Amino acid sequence: MRRIDHAEAASQFIAAKAHQEFHDRRLWDLRLKRDREAHGIPEWEELRALASQIKEHTLARLSDYLEEFESRVKENGAHVHWARDATEHNQIVYDILSTRGAKTLVKSKSMLTEECDMRPFLERRGIEVIETDLGERIQQLDDEPPSHIVVPAVHKLRGDVSDVFARTIGAQPGNDDIHYLAETQRQTTRPYFLRAQAGMTGANFAVAETGSFVVCTNEGNADLSANVPKLHIASIGIEKMIPRIEHLGVFIRLLSRSALGSPITQYTSHFRAPREGGELHIVLVDNGRSERLGMRDFWHSLKCIRCGACMNTCPVYRRSGGLSYGATYSGPIGVIIDPTFNIRKYSNLPFASTLNGSCTNVCPVKIDIHEQIYKWRQIIAERNQLPFVKKEMMRIAGKVLADPKLYRAAVSAAGLAIEHLPRFAIYNWLNPWGRQREIPEAPQQTFRGWYLEHRGRP
Amino acid sequence: MRVGLFIPCYVDAFFPAVGIATLELLERLRVEVVYPLDQTCCGQMMANSGSQKDAAGAEALFVANFKDFDHIVTPSGSCAYHVREHLDAIAQTAEVRKTRSNTYELVEFLHDVLKVEAFPWAEFPHKVGLHNGCTTLRKLRTAKASEIDEPFFSKPLDLLSKVRGIEFVRPSRADECCGFGGTFSVFEEPVSAKMGYDKVADHHAAGAEYIVSADMSCLMHQKGCAERVGLDIRFIHIAQILNGDRA
Repeated sequence: MRRIDHAEAASQFIAAKAHQEFHDRRLWDLRLKRDREAHGIPEWEELRALASQIKEHTLARLSDYLEEFESRVKENGAHVHWARDATEHNQIVYDILSTRGAKTLVKSKSMLTEECDMRPFLERRGIEVIETDLGERIQQLDDEPPSHIVVPAVHKLRGDVSDVFARTIGAQPGNDDIHYLAETQRQTTRPYFLRAQAGMTGANFAVAETGSFVVCTNEGNADLSANVPKLHIASIGIEKMIPRIEHLGVFIRLLSRSALGSPITQYTSHFRAPREGGELHIVLVDNGRSERLGMRDFWHSLKCIRCGACMNTCPVYRRSGGLSYGATYSGPIGVIIDPTFNIRKYSNLPFASTLNGSCTNVCPVKIDIHEQIYKWRQIIAERNQLPFVKKEMMRIAGKVLADPKLYRAAVSAAGLAIEHLPRFAIYNWLNPWGRQREIPEAPQQTFRGWYLEHRGRP
Repeated sequence: MRVGLFIPCYVDAFFPAVGIATLELLERLRVEVVYPLDQTCCGQMMANSGSQKDAAGAEALFVANFKDFDHIVTPSGSCAYHVREHLDAIAQTAEVRKTRSNTYELVEFLHDVLKVEAFPWAEFPHKVGLHNGCTTLRKLRTAKASEIDEPFFSKPLDLLSKVRGIEFVRPSRADECCGFGGTFSVFEEPVSAKMGYDKVADHHAAGAEYIVSADMSCLMHQKGCAERVGLDIRFIHIAQILNGDRA
């Protein structure tokens, strides 16, 4: 499988100037709102520490809490299904739908179903799947994956949305008024809620002691998806577990402040049991999570509550766009999760980072994201997945820098080269430094040379 | 107090003036400074690229050069951080551990160890924008990072505030990364350059005549970006200002 070329995709993203600048501004604005909301409550850093501890505790006893959750769910009259991987998940969902004759499924946004590639699986089997989150619907209609885990179409300008809607749902061509566009989507999506035989949601948190789960949204589409059709299916990654309902407040206070800089989402909906005459099915999905849980340096990536704060603050993400990562999860959290799915395909992603550490600082559950990026680079080098040029460069640099004589020869040669090579030889396409930057002038003397001259030999 | 001076490879080769300012400044402050002549690099570049085995030789040489000093000081935050937190491609003997924990970035050393109260020789009558390199800021924690909710502090500002005539301007995204990132600057060149352009434009818009930093690698990248787009802004290492450079 080909390696994702993040740098090349980013270069194209940057070339679309208006898009890139809007994308950067929009997400930086979310970061600033996050700062204002987060720092507006005095116990913010304490909450982060607490959330991290609760998650680490839960992950350390995950099997116990999952079994407790399963028992409570059954007592509540709902069904539990266990899916080892994406295919099992998709098959389980399909079986639930097909045995009940369901032909149309309305769903709210779920990164897990993206991860499982569920939509094409169901569509190939004759099930109509309708995304009801505005951003996710835009992406579905444009046949593109979400570019951000919270704001899926953030890389699009209103004109792009207008074009997509004109092409797909009969909006007036050229009308890019945002109220008009939102209303058009609303009017064309509403009928599906009435027509669908089944609704699907994800979950932000699953509570072991109650067997309930919580969905946080801003549009109300998850509540319509869950409550209008008689059949509700919820796909939940096994890492979403928290022990008790009293722990929920910690996470609810962190989630939307971190994600969008708002104190809370418009809707925080608790689901516990099927409503009268209805059915509730919960699919608990592993898909690589228990393997990740066993990785010494990387298991705490499972603490993630998918708020997207690391993406909003990431200077690389804001200038390259989510689609440049070529994976379900993009930005800093994607960079440390994606290689667990396919180390070769995603081997460039941990290098799409300056290791600046802003992601770690905003993370509401204190995942040491930049340290994990650093460690992934070691794994990628050990498994021989560094590109040839980089591998050779490091081998030679390692040799030169281990030997004072070789080093001194190289340093004087570098000065000579810059001084004497013609400009076109330094600033050509082979030299990525010089493509958009000037090279430092070569000084007359190295520091070492100066030191010998002015301080003499010891 | 005997201090071993570590001058990173790119400073040695391209910015000797920064090394000289660091040396002279420490000498003015009555520190006995020795520059071991066989030094090369700390191994950071190879280690940050994941190549531990290629970092081992440089790391071993670093320890051999600096193991006997009470303190090792370097005008580079990311090198100091590498030595202190990541120099682990070689066996962790007592000697290695001692060398690692004795290594300081220059600002930390001036602020926390020497606790310098005044730089009477220093005057810098210019508007400056302070750039904290990300490793220095978020990993060595020499200043408050904007993401963290805590009282304001800044060791580089504490030091620079003792310089006569200096005036500070604040860019709108004061602690956003400038995009250098070591080999990131080459392998992710499009994003790196864009980040650099945005950074220098932000300082320029805030009215900075100079960008000052404790990290010359960030400045090397930013200078390259500013020169390419013809932006009128200059770059100076904090050691040069504290040592009394006026321009």
